[in-house]
Amino acid sequence: MRASTSELVSKATQIGVEVAGPHAAEVDAEARFPREAIDALKRHRLLGAGVPVELGGVGASMVQLAEVCEVLGQHCASTAMVYAMHLIQIACIARHRAGSQFFAGYLVEAVEKQILIASVTSEATVGGELRTSVAGIERRGERVAVTKNATTISYGAHADALLLTARRTPTAPASDQVLILLRKDDYALEPAGTWDTLGMRGTCSPGFRVVADAREEQILEAQFADIASQTMVPFSHILWSSCWLGIATAALARAHEFVRQQARAKPGAVPPAAIRLAEACNLLQLMRTNVHDVASECEGLMNGEGGTEALSSIPFALKMNNLKISSSQLVVQIVQQALSICGISGYKNDSPFALGRHLRDALSAALMVGNDRIYATNASMLLVLKND
Amino acid sequence: MKDEIREILHEHGKLTRDARAIDEDEDLYQVGMTSHASVNVMLALESRFNIEFPDRMLRRGVFGSISAMSAAIEQLVSPS
Repeated sequence: MRASTSELVSKATQIGVEVAGPHAAEVDAEARFPREAIDALKRHRLLGAGVPVELGGVGASMVQLAEVCEVLGQHCASTAMVYAMHLIQIACIARHRAGSQFFAGYLVEAVEKQILIASVTSEATVGGELRTSVAGIERRGERVAVTKNATTISYGAHADALLLTARRTPTAPASDQVLILLRKDDYALEPAGTWDTLGMRGTCSPGFRVVADAREEQILEAQFADIASQTMVPFSHILWSSCWLGIATAALARAHEFVRQQARAKPGAVPPAAIRLAEACNLLQLMRTNVHDVASECEGLMNGEGGTEALSSIPFALKMNNLKISSSQLVVQIVQQALSICGISGYKNDSPFALGRHLRDALSAALMVGNDRIYATNASMLLVLKND
Repeated sequence: MKDEIREILHEHGKLTRDARAIDEDEDLYQVGMTSHASVNVMLALESRFNIEFPDRMLRRGVFGSISAMSAAIEQLVSPS
């Protein structure tokens, strides 16, 4: 049976309040994986939230998944981002497995064992260009092999499986890509680099050289071009934006509490910072409305007839890209505003109003798929769009 | 028309093979056409045939092969 939104959200809230939040400062300080929170998500069976009900999962909708990411993001942005990225991988498999027995069976297993899947799309010399691969899949009898120098694999060392992009064959054009699922036993990871970053430190995303050997059936038959435009990009931009919405919400909640305290100290006088709070509150509503609106529109397209075509259309791609750009900018603006409201109390790391982690985490948003790259894509699409 | 499309692909498609020798039903994305290159192909086609592709036609499939492009252009040149 499908879980209701309130059930999912109350589980996520409980994990956020009891586990993710209390460990967030340490995860950030030590740049370590938020294992307590991810274990809690596993215990509550939330890693299977995006798997269809008929395969044993929760069958949660896009809107529901977005809400869970938002709630987690309020307590620990790294936890929320790891969870969001896992959900994106599950969605790619669930929505593009076609009639594959292997992938149906794998999803059942993924729910049973609460498998955490990481994404391997980045690559040396290509950087973050999702739609280009250097590594190609080689056929070796009944097996297939691939070696990829990934520049970042979030929670790579902590994942139970990888979903990796590669050229269909070593001689295929760089844009003719497929996705291959690699189980833990199928690959070896050689670390290449470190993850000592400004923010999102708990995602533990250094580079790795992936050397893998798997079975042919572990390649999703669909073209990655379609998987990317119809699922990976929309899920990424909506769920990432939801994590950032969580960060913004939490930061503003601290600022709000700060202003309430000031007001209580001097009843009768509206604290000067209250105006700033009102402004930031306005921005948060803008951000929230945008994220929720695009999530529900996307959900409608994914479930409705003719949705596949609409999901691959330029207007939809523009909308997704605009959501990513605007939420990644708004989250920084809102957290900065919260910081200016709390002043030195927000600047101090050991204060109940500390906002340093929120700000550092928020600054990653514009960089994960760089906004300039997205603007360039949009600029190119606008050359042919007629708005007819 | 198909030869004109091949010429445009030769100039803007950035294919991994000679566009002038490509079969009309061949999948252009499998010979290296990227989304970015396809935008340039669209612009060149609009200019050459003096047409405008409406948004409903701005999909991967419509520009996926020479025959698909040719069918789309025909619809726009002689609307039925």
